[in-house]
Formats: sequence, C-alpha cells, structure tokens
Amino acid sequence: MATAVLTTLDPQSRAASRGMSDLSIRNLFIIPTIVFLIVFNIFPLLYSLGYSFTDFRASSSAPANFVGLQNYRDLLADPFIWNNFTITAKYVIVSVVGQVIVGFGVALLLNRDIPFKGLLTTLLLLPMMLSMAVVGLFWKLLYDPSFGIINYALGLGTFEWLSNPNMALYAVALTDIWMWSPFVMLLSLAGLSAVPKHLYEAAAIDRAGSFYTFFRITLPLVAPILMIAIIFRTMEAFKTFDLAYILTSQPTTEVISIRLYKMAFQEWQTGMSCALAYIVLIMVLAITNIYVKYLNKVKER
Amino acid sequence: MRKKLIGMAGGLALALASSTSVLAQELTIFWAEWDPANYLQELVNEYEAETGVQVTVETTPWSDFQTKTFTELNAKGSAYDMVVGDSQWLGAASEAGHYVDLTEFFNKHNLGEVMAPATVKYYAEYPSSSGKYWAIPAEGDAVGWSYRKDWFEDPAEMEAFKAKYGYDLAVPATWAQMRDIAEFFHRPDQGRYGIAIYTDNSYDGLVMGVENAIFSYGGELGNYETYEVDGIINSEQNIAALEMYRELYGFTPPGWAKTFFVENNQAITENLAAMSMNYFAFFPALTNEASNPNAKVTGFFANPAGPDGHQFAALGGQGISVISYSENQEESMKFLEWFIKDDVQKRWAELGGYTASAAVLESEEFQNATPYNKAFYETMFKVKDFWATPEYAELLIQMNQRIYPYITGGEGTAKDALDSLATDWNATFKKYNRVQ
Repeated sequence: MATAVLTTLDPQSRAASRGMSDLSIRNLFIIPTIVFLIVFNIFPLLYSLGYSFTDFRASSSAPANFVGLQNYRDLLADPFIWNNFTITAKYVIVSVVGQVIVGFGVALLLNRDIPFKGLLTTLLLLPMMLSMAVVGLFWKLLYDPSFGIINYALGLGTFEWLSNPNMALYAVALTDIWMWSPFVMLLSLAGLSAVPKHLYEAAAIDRAGSFYTFFRITLPLVAPILMIAIIFRTMEAFKTFDLAYILTSQPTTEVISIRLYKMAFQEWQTGMSCALAYIVLIMVLAITNIYVKYLNKVKER
Repeated sequence: MRKKLIGMAGGLALALASSTSVLAQELTIFWAEWDPANYLQELVNEYEAETGVQVTVETTPWSDFQTKTFTELNAKGSAYDMVVGDSQWLGAASEAGHYVDLTEFFNKHNLGEVMAPATVKYYAEYPSSSGKYWAIPAEGDAVGWSYRKDWFEDPAEMEAFKAKYGYDLAVPATWAQMRDIAEFFHRPDQGRYGIAIYTDNSYDGLVMGVENAIFSYGGELGNYETYEVDGIINSEQNIAALEMYRELYGFTPPGWAKTFFVENNQAITENLAAMSMNYFAFFPALTNEASNPNAKVTGFFANPAGPDGHQFAALGGQGISVISYSENQEESMKFLEWFIKDDVQKRWAELGGYTASAAVLESEEFQNATPYNKAFYETMFKVKDFWATPEYAELLIQMNQRIYPYITGGEGTAKDALDSLATDWNATFKKYNRVQ
C-alpha cells in the first residue's frame, strides 16, 4: 500500500520538478503534525505524570521533591474527593440517560414524513451550537426564583432550582440534557434513516406489533450508532466543568473537574492536581473501554 | 563599504537605545475589573501629564484575577510592572520571590505612620509583625452595610417594630438587633426580604461575610504568628457567630446561595432586601441615581458590634506591589513615590478611590464627601483579615467546604463544621511544616 502511494507522484508535477521526492512530501505533511502532537500532547502528558509523584507547586520557587505515591494515596483517602466522584457519577448517569431518552425520542418523531422536517431539525440543533458559558449564564436567569421564566411558566412560585442542594445537580443535568439531546438526536436520526424499509414491510406483513418492531428491528439496528453517541456524551459529561461552575456553587454540584480546577489553579497544588488528573484520565479510559467492548459486541450481532 | 557598515551598526544601536528608553516610559499596573480601577486610570493619567510616563491600568474580571495574576507570576512574566494584589496573596507572592521587597522604601517614607495602621498590617507586611513590607496600601476597603432608609423610617413600620421587639427601629448597633430587623422585614409574600449577605463559596465571598460575624463576636481565625487554630477557630464565640450567620441566611431573598457584591447591590436596587452587606468600594454605585433608583433612600452603616461589644469588619482592598520580573522596576519605584504623596492621595480619594492615607481619612473634607465615607473611616481602624500564608487558598477552600453546607443547607451544626475545619487547617499547617 505504501509503495502504491509512493509511486503516484506525477513526474511532471511542480513538486517533482523542484526535486522533491514523494517521501519528502509525505514527511512535509506528517512531521509537523507529529511534532505538534509530541510537543502539545505527549510531552505535557508525560511531564505531568512525573509531577504527579512530586510535591511541586507552580506558585513557589521551591524545588519539587519526589514523594512517590503519596499524592495518589492522599487523594484516594480524601472523603471530599470520593464525594466529588460520586457527584460526577450521578451527574453522568442522569445527564446521559436523559439525553438518550429525549434525543432518541425526538429522532423517532422526526423519522417520518412531516412538513418542514429540514427546518425543524435545524432549529432543534441550535442549543448544541451555543457556547457552554452562554448557555450557563442564560439558564441561570431562567432558573432564577424571583424573576425566572421557568418558575413562572410552571407556576412553581419561588422554587429554588440552584440554591437547593438536593435539586441543583438535577438542574445542571437538565440544562445539559437541553443542550446535548440534539446531538444524540442527530446521530440517532442518521441510524434510523439507514434502517432498510423492507424490514418494516416484512414485519407489517407478519403483523408484528409496534412494540415488537421497535425492540426487534429499530433498536438493534440503531444500537451501534447510538452507542457512539453515548460514548461521546459520557466522556463529555465526565469532564463537565463550565455548566456546573457557572450555574451554581453548591457542594452537591462540585463535579471532579471543578475540584481539579480549584486544586490546580486556586490552591496551586500542581503535583497533587496532576495526580488527580491522572486518576480521572484512567477512569475515563476504563469507562470508554467498557463501552467500546460493548459496541464491538453489538456490531458483531 | 566599511564606513557604510559602521554607519548601519551605529544607526541600529541608536534605534535600539531609543526603543528601550521609549519602553521605559510605559508602565502597566494589573488589577481587577471594577470601578476603583477606572479611578486609578484617571489618577495615573495625571502622572503621565506631569512626567510623560504613560501608565496603563490593565484589568481582568474578579473571578480570574487571582488565577491570571499567579499564572503570569509563576511564569516569571514581565507583562505587568505592578499589581494591585489581594492582601492574602502577600505570603505566596513574597515567599516565591514574585514581589520586590519594599521594606527600605517603606521605612524611608515612614509609611507605617502615613498610612492607617490596619492597612499597613494587612496590605503590606508579611510575615505578621516581621517589619518586612511588600506592598504600598493602595485601595483601602472593608465590608459595610447599606440599608433602605425609607423602610426604616416609615412611621407604620416603626410602630409595628417597637410593638414587636420593644425598642425603636433604627440602624442596628448589634448583630442581634440586625437579626431582629431582618426578621421583621422578611415578608416573602410581598416579595420583600430581610437581609442580603455574601454566600458565594467560589473564592472569598462567603468567608469574608462570615468573618464579619466572627470578628465582631470577639472571635479569631487563629494565631497568625504561631499557626495555632485549636480552640480559636472553633471557639464558643465563633460557633455563636456562625449560628447567627446561618440564621440571617433564613431572611435572605430566595435563591441567595451564590451571591457576592453584584447580587448584594441588586438587593437594594431591586427592592429585595432591607439591609445588604457589601464592600465600601461598591457603594458609589448605590449613591448614583443612574444605577440605583433608590439612591435617595439608601443609607449606610458600619458592621455592628457583637454581644460583648467587639466591633470589627472583614478587610477587603489591596496594596500595590512591584513585580520582580518587571523590566521597569526603577520607573515603578518613581511612580510609587509620586503615588504616596499627600496631595496625590487626596486626589485619589476625590476621584473615588479609597485612600489608606491616615491624614486624608481623618480629614473632615473626606468624611463628609459621601454618605458612606464616615462609616468607612470608622471601619478602617477596626478591620481584620484572613490568613496571608502561601497556602491561604487551601485554607480558604477548606473553610468554604466546611461552612457552606451548614449555612445554606443547614447540614450538621456550627460546632461540627468548625471542629472539622480546625482539623483540616491543622493538617494543612502540618503539611507545610508550619507546626510540628
């Protein structure tokens, strides 16, 4: 394959006339990308791994001391950190499940011949095109107990969405569902429109009920693409920061990335925060791997 | 050819020399984005008119002021020549070598006496009582209170209040009276609430608010010289103060769980609360009819006393420091020499800045200039501050973690919260070898 590519350089081309070989052209395109990747991704990744074993503080001129696994031990023994992880898990579950239900539901509704389908789909996609910070700021106004439109519309009086510690996380998740359901909807719609029509026709001939058709035809065929949407959304929800940070400061909404931000840029515990970032990275990798394994299994079917 | 080369080299040298001298004529001061920074820009424009040195006040929103400053300092960047930094940064910035030692400058100009004593102690000196100075007190500030004069002076309200509590409705002299007044005006069915307090736990808002209660109740956060906290942060006085703060939270407008200076001014401008806690620096907006429709009926008072007559307030405000990595340190020192002059400090106050100069603060002219200057003057001589150790941010976050759930969610008791905080702080001081 490589030689096939290498031999396609046209001897009459300008590149060839300048004495450039196909190999040098390949290098010209690939090397900068690799250098960029190494400098901005791989190097910081390894460097921060090194820092995670030290007591380094970026705010101080004191040299970093090697402390072994102390940072990891301290973090994993800290009840506040475990609480942050529990909150994050809760948030991920509520938010992703909500997005899948709403997104897939709307996709099912749109997957039929209705007037203005294109316009409707485009309008429904608007929330995910907005900036997270902007969404956070205006949902804060919508949730306001004194003048917010949500309480007014639902007749909830002065219900406290964001300052009630038991409600705040759900309020943040609700905003996330509003913002990202369109993403799940878009992918589901792509999956739904790829389901061969003749399968439905066959089911209809066999007098299969709509419940049966959905679980035996629609869902299995859309599952792989839906899984991809779920993987993306889970990873994003796990790393969520902006919405929760802007909307409320309840301890019950302090997801792990907010704690990480505070540790790294307010307390300047650089070594410790590198260790926490690694713990988060490992968790995200583990969860994604489970999903990918499941996705492959679904595809095999 | 050779002549030509020499000529070119000479020209280049001249160009370089002149460009560095042009650079030295520009100074950049970094501060947070708020009205006093605009006043400072107006003041330094006068410096430019006098000396030809252009001074720019660069700002960033409060929420990233700390992060942005320390990111620049940690990178040893020379983007800023001076910073008007928070008082609690002194330890972190001086120990890491980010600030230029101003002790000599301080002593030469006798600033220990020229500036109000509390401002010298908290904005300039680190470690506590060491005689080493790292900043020049620039913007004095403390927490005070604004209130609705029309609500307080309404005859029907006054009568009803007296009937209920047995004393006259007036500006509260104690926290207990403040609690009564907050309860009295708390009428959710009318969309009116008793009081607005700080509750934002993302930086120092909530802690500053609680400090007002703690200090006036006669409590302390700890011993700033020995780092002892047991029995101090969780003292009887502090427990009572925290309970009072929690009680006041019950009289705040709905959703009052992430509020700081913006929301607390809104409480007055939007007719939400009878009394509102805020830094004096935000009071000019309340006397301005363009930003406060209730400007004519807004009054001000200093932080009330606690049960034993102690009366203190949480310190805000900042000192101006020279950054070690600045390429214009000499020029910056010249600017500071100009800044501390009596007439400049007076002009600073006229423009709206809160001078720390004792002479200006004590002058009749200053005290009568605005409805709140007198309360400010009284407050600036009885202020206390948070820890200024390099690990202050950890202490701050731990305090937020412990007291926020109690105050806004009613979780546990004040004693539990403060006992746990004492444990956290002890562990932190141990970690940094401040105590054995």
